[in-house]
Amino acid sequence: MEAFQLLAYGFGVLLTWKTLALMMLGLVLGIFVGVLPGLGGPNGVAILLPLTFTMDPTSAIVMLSCIYWGALFGGAITSILFNIPGEAWSVATTFDGYPMAQQGKAAEALTAAFTSSFIGSLVAVLLITFLAPGIASFALRFGPPEFFSVYLLTFCSFVGLGREEKHKTLISMSLGLLLAGVGMDTVSGQLRMTFGWSELFRGINFLVAVIGLFGISEILLTMEERLALRGHAAAISLRVVLKVWKEMPRYWMTLLRSSAIGCWLGITPGGAIAASFMGYNLAKRFSKDKDSFGKGRIEGVFAPETAAHASGTSALLPMLALGIPGSGTAAILLGGLMVWGLNPGPLLFVEHKNFVWGLIASMYLGNVVGLVLVLSTVPIFASVLRVPFAAIAPMIVVSCAIGAYAIQNAMFDVWLMLVFGAVGYVFKKIGIPLAPFTLALVLGNRAEDAFRLSMIGAGGDLRVFWSNGLVGSITTLALVLLFWPLISAGWERVRVKLFGAHRAH
Amino acid sequence: MPAPEEQQPASPVVATSRTIDIATSLVLLAFAALLAYDNWRTGMSWDATGPQAGYFPFYLSLVLAGASVYGIAKEIIARRAASEPFVRREQLHRVLQVLAPTVAFCVLMQWLGLYLASFVLIAGFMVFVGRIAWWKSLLTSFVFSAAMFMTFEIAFDVLMPKGPLEALFGF
Repeated sequence: MEAFQLLAYGFGVLLTWKTLALMMLGLVLGIFVGVLPGLGGPNGVAILLPLTFTMDPTSAIVMLSCIYWGALFGGAITSILFNIPGEAWSVATTFDGYPMAQQGKAAEALTAAFTSSFIGSLVAVLLITFLAPGIASFALRFGPPEFFSVYLLTFCSFVGLGREEKHKTLISMSLGLLLAGVGMDTVSGQLRMTFGWSELFRGINFLVAVIGLFGISEILLTMEERLALRGHAAAISLRVVLKVWKEMPRYWMTLLRSSAIGCWLGITPGGAIAASFMGYNLAKRFSKDKDSFGKGRIEGVFAPETAAHASGTSALLPMLALGIPGSGTAAILLGGLMVWGLNPGPLLFVEHKNFVWGLIASMYLGNVVGLVLVLSTVPIFASVLRVPFAAIAPMIVVSCAIGAYAIQNAMFDVWLMLVFGAVGYVFKKIGIPLAPFTLALVLGNRAEDAFRLSMIGAGGDLRVFWSNGLVGSITTLALVLLFWPLISAGWERVRVKLFGAHRAH
Repeated sequence: MPAPEEQQPASPVVATSRTIDIATSLVLLAFAALLAYDNWRTGMSWDATGPQAGYFPFYLSLVLAGASVYGIAKEIIARRAASEPFVRREQLHRVLQVLAPTVAFCVLMQWLGLYLASFVLIAGFMVFVGRIAWWKSLLTSFVFSAAMFMTFEIAFDVLMPKGPLEALFGF
């Protein structure tokens, strides 16, 4: 099959000492970032992005994506040992992981978490390997109307399928789209929404916003809560690893189900957080012994971790094939692509083969190496949490400032980051979701360009969005999703019944 | 306003979620109005080639305004007896403990350069907020700032604002 050849080619790109060293560095930094409660996947990647500015794109993406895998692994460590989710998507892992640690089975729980993460992302990477090239070559035939309809679908599905209050999702998204439009208008060359302020002429940089929204605001929230860390020590022996692996095949159904949920929610912008909860709740629902969940059942670790990783990984599929990120972190990687001078979209597969296949190969290798790395170094990373937060908080602040400044060498961006930090703090506390904002900010200009190019092509006729079967059905689907909440109140009742457990409070 | 907490004696509530929710919506509404005006000025209609530069953002600001108004109305109509606290005094105190030094750090960064400012921030934060022994704090923050300098300035060629101290060493 052609995919195997291309994958082999990708490994060829990957297997140089420099790339491998960057991969290891990325994984270690990533686990570190995942373990720290004030930092997570998206902000870790955003803060460390400037490190890659002078690299070639392939090395850069390999390192950044490894930071992401590392963060996914690292989130589980704190959930299980300290009952503090390092990441929002590892909240569900605490339900059974922490009780296991309390019962002295921390090593089992960690092994289960890491292994199932590995399986989840392996399934997703396989999906990417075999599906993405096909989707990309199909999308090569897309014109502006098709692209606009796909963007529209992405935005609408956030509004229609998100768990947050609809008007808050709408606020977040329209604000993101508006800020994306600040500065020079790419079609007419006119300046808009700058109010004559020269710092705003070049627009609001997406990465600066992300560093503030996720990095700074997270520090504020963590300070506010004042975490008291009481953890369980753990070292993983080979015996425990083998024992857990022997038990694993019994849970194949859970693993498979969670992988499927994860892949689906990763490709559509549902995200790893929703996936982990859904994986957990479905495992519980289909279990014969429902009451043992939440009391230290190993299946309760398998289910959310598999789903979270499958989702986190498969979020890269639409990013690679269509230039549409499936998650916040994927959106930041997409921002990175543009910094390195690559144009995201289906042409990547044609014009930058070594980049795409190097990245895909690094997903395989990064996950294998990551698994070995976390299994062997858990005690070291767990000890990171004993470092007082008063030392870590200012270091994160400094890293954020470096990240924000380095993007455009502008002090203005550092101030902008601070403003976004405060905004993110308030938004998170009153339940305005940040993911739609992030997505809108990175896709806003491209969506608008696609719309206006379609209009120019069609002479201002809106019917162009229904001009053929493909674009028509995508546009219609998008509108259906947008009005989904209005269309059926009945579905809401079903959903509460199915997934009501953590919505009930 | 007394806090409806049963267990630990909580510090007084500075603002409830509802207050902040409404305030945020009002700010967003004003922001939307400002942007709508600016885009109307830029041109928000259609010309021969399709929508003008202000068309998209103009309607988006209407969406933003609409969603904000809906949010305000919803919070006012929903007459919950006691809204959840947004932030308590003690919490606000801790948030400001990190926010104020961060702002100071950004100001310092312009005069002293990033590396010296980060040394001051980390050491100061560890000593005064974390109450960590001063020698540990100074050492940690020196090692961190030096490591950052090595990584960005020397290894990865990412240039940061520098001040008088770096100039002394010829950077």
